[in-house]
Amino acid sequence: MFDIAVLGAGPAGLAACRAAAGKRVVLIDDNPSHGGQIWRGELAISIPDHVTFHPSTRVFDLRPGFTLHTDTQGVISAAKLIVCSGARELFLPFPGWTLPGVFGAGGLQAFVKSGLDVRGKRVAVAGSGPLLLAVGATLRKRGAKVSVIEQAPLGRLLKLLRAYPSKLPQAITMRLGLPMRTGTWPVRFDGKLHLSNGSALEVDYVACGFGLVPNTEAAQLLGCRLDDGFVAVDSKQQTSVAGVYCAGEPTGIGGLEKALAEGEVAGRAACGLATRPVSRRFVRDLIETYRLHPDLAALAKADTVVCRCENVTRGALDPFRSWRDAKLQTRCGMGACQGRICGPITQQLYGWTPESVRPPIVPVPAALFDQ
Amino acid sequence: MVELILNEKPVSVADGTSVAAALIAHAADFAPLCGMGVCMACRVAIDGRPHQLACQTLCRQGMRVCST
Repeated sequence: MFDIAVLGAGPAGLAACRAAAGKRVVLIDDNPSHGGQIWRGELAISIPDHVTFHPSTRVFDLRPGFTLHTDTQGVISAAKLIVCSGARELFLPFPGWTLPGVFGAGGLQAFVKSGLDVRGKRVAVAGSGPLLLAVGATLRKRGAKVSVIEQAPLGRLLKLLRAYPSKLPQAITMRLGLPMRTGTWPVRFDGKLHLSNGSALEVDYVACGFGLVPNTEAAQLLGCRLDDGFVAVDSKQQTSVAGVYCAGEPTGIGGLEKALAEGEVAGRAACGLATRPVSRRFVRDLIETYRLHPDLAALAKADTVVCRCENVTRGALDPFRSWRDAKLQTRCGMGACQGRICGPITQQLYGWTPESVRPPIVPVPAALFDQ
Repeated sequence: MVELILNEKPVSVADGTSVAAALIAHAADFAPLCGMGVCMACRVAIDGRPHQLACQTLCRQGMRVCST
């Protein structure tokens, strides 16, 4: 029995562990190493001595009390739980987005950081959000010829930078030497990436992402209330369920600084220590800056695949009025990813929202249910 | 360096390379998406075990990977 279980070893989870010094803490992550998507391999916080770390471990069920059911470590019990489950990318389908060579933006960054050689490759990093520049900068540093295509107009990006001058040096460093188009988006990929302004780019790889979607499934399974799609927390990062805290992207997409600050608050609060609330201003400003152009919902044509697992096209989904309806009739969202990718897409295209979360929240062998 | 077999072909990759990164470079029709264990598009058979996520598995000496 641990005092605290921390789910997710990214910046928020590591900050929570560090703040909970003196407690028996268990840290669980499904990746082979800690650091989350942002720090993989380039670690800024190491794992403190009071923490038991289980990498490459998936939590497929969580029950009150709390017990965490895992695929490699059996059942882990803890008095308190800090959910730092991060975010995944939002994809918007366009013709050609399922072809080899088209990856998520964070996806290609992950592949490059885990050994993919992109020297001399022509890469378009397209979509929306601050991640595009970060990915572009990483790829360029690794020798790729990169173009960044951001759907948000330049005026809104400049307004954000004016409001956060402390982010300016980082933005300039990333932007240097990186060709960037704003107010532009991909419309089709057929070996060339065709853009909304009528031009086309010859590329080897496309890295696309249209923002981030919070991973709320673990918190939802415990009954934590959501607020507009994000895990609702108070000024101590406490969720609506006593003993469950949440920090980082699941409470609002805000990036590294917010994740570190919230992780520290959650770790301290779980130990009964005094905390100071974390500002949510940057979260709101990011939403406003990178809100998606309505035309992006029209990129998917009738024969464009929306649900990649079950090969369901937009045309097959158009007749239905809800996520549940579409699932029952087309198998959309019923494949291996369990709607993690196409669920947020149908929310953008049709305004659908999934109705419930049930275990297992990740695919695991049936034998594990005997635990 | 680590030597492994990708789709019957021997390849050699740097230490710390993920199976997904190795496959992108060596298997033309391998089309993973998210890179972070969510989309499940990178499932491959590793040493005969099916449904392993290439993006969250590091290449090991002598490993046999089948993505087709």
